[in-house]
Amino acid sequence: MSSCPVIIATGGANLASLIFALKRLGNEPVVSEDPKVIKMASHIILPGVGAARDAMSRLKATNLASLIPNLKQPVLGICLGLQLLYSGSEEDNATCLNIIPGYASRFPKKTGLPVPQMGWNSLTNVKRTPLMNGVRDGDYAYFIHSYALPINEHTYVTANYGESFSAVVQYNNFYATQFHPERSSSVGSLILSNFLNI
Amino acid sequence: MKGVQFRNHRVMGDIISLASRYRDEGADELVFYDITASPHGRTVDRSWVNKVAGVLDIPFCVAGGIRSLADAETILNLGADKISINTPALERPGLIEDLAKRFGAQCVVIGIDSSSENGNYTVYQNTGDPERSRSSQRSTLEWINEVQLRGAGEIVLNCMNQDGVKNGYDVEQLSKAREICGVPLIASGGAGTMAHFKEVFTTSKVDGALAATVFHSAQIKIPDLKTYLIKANIAIRPPEIKD
Repeated sequence: MSSCPVIIATGGANLASLIFALKRLGNEPVVSEDPKVIKMASHIILPGVGAARDAMSRLKATNLASLIPNLKQPVLGICLGLQLLYSGSEEDNATCLNIIPGYASRFPKKTGLPVPQMGWNSLTNVKRTPLMNGVRDGDYAYFIHSYALPINEHTYVTANYGESFSAVVQYNNFYATQFHPERSSSVGSLILSNFLNI
Repeated sequence: MKGVQFRNHRVMGDIISLASRYRDEGADELVFYDITASPHGRTVDRSWVNKVAGVLDIPFCVAGGIRSLADAETILNLGADKISINTPALERPGLIEDLAKRFGAQCVVIGIDSSSENGNYTVYQNTGDPERSRSSQRSTLEWINEVQLRGAGEIVLNCMNQDGVKNGYDVEQLSKAREICGVPLIASGGAGTMAHFKEVFTTSKVDGALAATVFHSAQIKIPDLKTYLIKANIAIRPPEIKD
């Protein structure tokens, strides 16, 4: 079965690796910020690299900030895309889409760990969700981020970087990974494949 | 975490097959580096970046001859995750700020070639060409501080005295760098045995170790190295068993 995934153009984000990853799974993803195209998609991916405030400005300018919370199809936020689903971020006090309650905060300096976290880290407390079918505790994924979400009832996978944070979240039809599945080897590929099968 | 460095890439097919081989063997990141790009003031042909991005499902970095925002944008748009700047950053340190503001610190890697002379560490530039390689007159540790303030997201410290000698990483220098480096620090230069990797992770607390020769020659196999490091209690992604 083929699906028609649409990647939302959030600006500044490097989409080539994500597009290649979806193509390797046999899909022809479309990149768009047109509400009509996004409404018709079978699956929607909200990527994001950069600052939360910039990404939100762009989503507001294209009227997507009001559309995204009302989408009924499976939506996958990646990295900054996860943080955008929440109420807001400590980064420049950005207000985000407010689909999931909570605020992203910067990794504290006291842990002494380099910020951003940039590298492979293991996944822990993997809970049952269609997105994580076949993914096990101890599998590794590739992270690049300075801000993270605390753990709450919507957390389906945790990771630890000086402190525990949400690595995967789910709320109704909204799924999100703090790591980059498109750069997380076969584990990441499995997660993308799971998403497209939801 | 560990990287494989490519130097003086040959024909296209070689790059793709090598990249695929390291991907399958479980390399955590690849660095593609044209050491001849900077000294001659030219940039490498970039079309291969997109082909590499098509086969890799791990992050990769491109180094060599990136002198402007436009150079960086081209490479990132072709699918690279990071760009590494060396000599151009020494010539115009403001380039680091420009890149970090435009693309985010996470994709701005600063490569530093450092030479140890009479107990002092000095940054060298144009190291790709023996005839033009020279001291930049900058102290390595001061430069490490400066590039972080300017927005570097990662530092690759290549210890020149060890480079190609296979006597082990310069753990003394790397430990001094670690003390002042608040962003990911990657060790480069000197890997000859699996014990050298263990030493640099445990002693210098680096975030990654880069090597080229020992992997290209298959003197060290990545799955064996990973198994060895995991036994030594170093947190690292396990080797993958692929069909």
